[in-house]
Amino acid sequence: METLERILGEHPFFQNLDEPYLQLVTGCASNVRFEPDACIFREGEEANQFYLIRQGRVALQILAPDRGPITVETLEEGDILGWSWLIPPYNWHFDARALELTRAIALDAKCLRRKCEEDHNLGYELLKRFGHIMEQRLSSTRLQLLDMYGVRS
Amino acid sequence: MASVPDIFVKPAPVAPHAMFPRMYVIQQVRKETADTFTLVLEDRSGGPKIKFAPGQFNMVYVFGVGEIPISISSDPASSVLVHTTRAVGTVTRVMAGLRRGDAVGIRGPFGTVWPVHEAHGHDIVIVAGGIGLAPLRSALYEVLSQREAFGKVVLLYGTRTPSDILFREELEQWRARFDLEVYVTVDRAQPGWRGNVGVVTTLIHKLPFDPQKTTAMICGPEIMMRFAALELQKRGVGPDSIYLSLERNMKCGIGLCGHCQFGPYFVCKDGPVFRYSRVKDLLVKREI
Repeated sequence: METLERILGEHPFFQNLDEPYLQLVTGCASNVRFEPDACIFREGEEANQFYLIRQGRVALQILAPDRGPITVETLEEGDILGWSWLIPPYNWHFDARALELTRAIALDAKCLRRKCEEDHNLGYELLKRFGHIMEQRLSSTRLQLLDMYGVRS
Repeated sequence: MASVPDIFVKPAPVAPHAMFPRMYVIQQVRKETADTFTLVLEDRSGGPKIKFAPGQFNMVYVFGVGEIPISISSDPASSVLVHTTRAVGTVTRVMAGLRRGDAVGIRGPFGTVWPVHEAHGHDIVIVAGGIGLAPLRSALYEVLSQREAFGKVVLLYGTRTPSDILFREELEQWRARFDLEVYVTVDRAQPGWRGNVGVVTTLIHKLPFDPQKTTAMICGPEIMMRFAALELQKRGVGPDSIYLSLERNMKCGIGLCGHCQFGPYFVCKDGPVFRYSRVKDLLVKREI
């Protein structure tokens, strides 16, 4: 049977994390499932989780007046969803919606924040890993903003 | 590491119609997107059929207006010549207004080719951005015609918006195949789009291929190609196994006029398909 600890340990995000820390993180983890079109979180709500997507696809959206929800990015199997739990005031900046049946592991961020405060080595490990994801997402966003495929005027 | 031997990308043979255009007649004009169209052309010159290899380009002459380089996007097995381009300049805007039965002049084919035969036994990763899918369409057809010669075959295609997606019908057909993985993503979603959103390079780290036995072919805006090559290298694909198609101001097509000079190369003759390891330093040189 697949245990949460094994699944987390094999995920690239947690690779090479010390065993005691992995156990600690596993203590904050649970399996979740979202039906197609289900709202995972909404802009402005408290960010008390982050997710490792195991299956399915999730749209990060922002609501614009007269335009409805605009998808700014999609995430899928293997991706990490959510980092607002790391940065005060811990509120989501976007909506997240499942585009199809999505299975994920939810990490309880309140529990993790408390453990990170108690053990700064754990906090530093997680920050390094999130820093890497943030750097990737920032680079991608910059490329999107460049409008590379647009006609040069 | 297994990579394609260095004899590739080999110089292109001199085109039989390098200096004198042959007359082609438009069989069909297809509007692909708001600003992109495809011309299906038939050789009416009466001479022997021109053979091309995927990756090559022709100089297409709109009589009385001018001549421009356009990659060949035909299925190599097809009897017609296909060019897909975007209406952005004087010549292409007039070209977009041509109709069935109109004639154009064709010089070519020119330039180096995608390493399809040399990549036998490898996984194939094709990364296309925007109009860059057109020059890779021929390569994909050639790969699919020899499908058993390759491992996994993956097509990654990124565009600006869902309305800018080229070759929609073919993408659907390719997506339906069990022996080809197709991923499409857009930089900006539009209402109703339920596909991927994000730059095409973000998909590379998840692709199913063996980096030690992969040949990658990239075509699109140069920034996208640079970042795609970086992502492929992060996955372990060597710079000798990555190929990209460059675009410069090609005029003569045979390396004489110098308009398309790119460092020590002439893109019309030494390219447009280059091994990434040969040009990666040049791509970030401002003085070129």
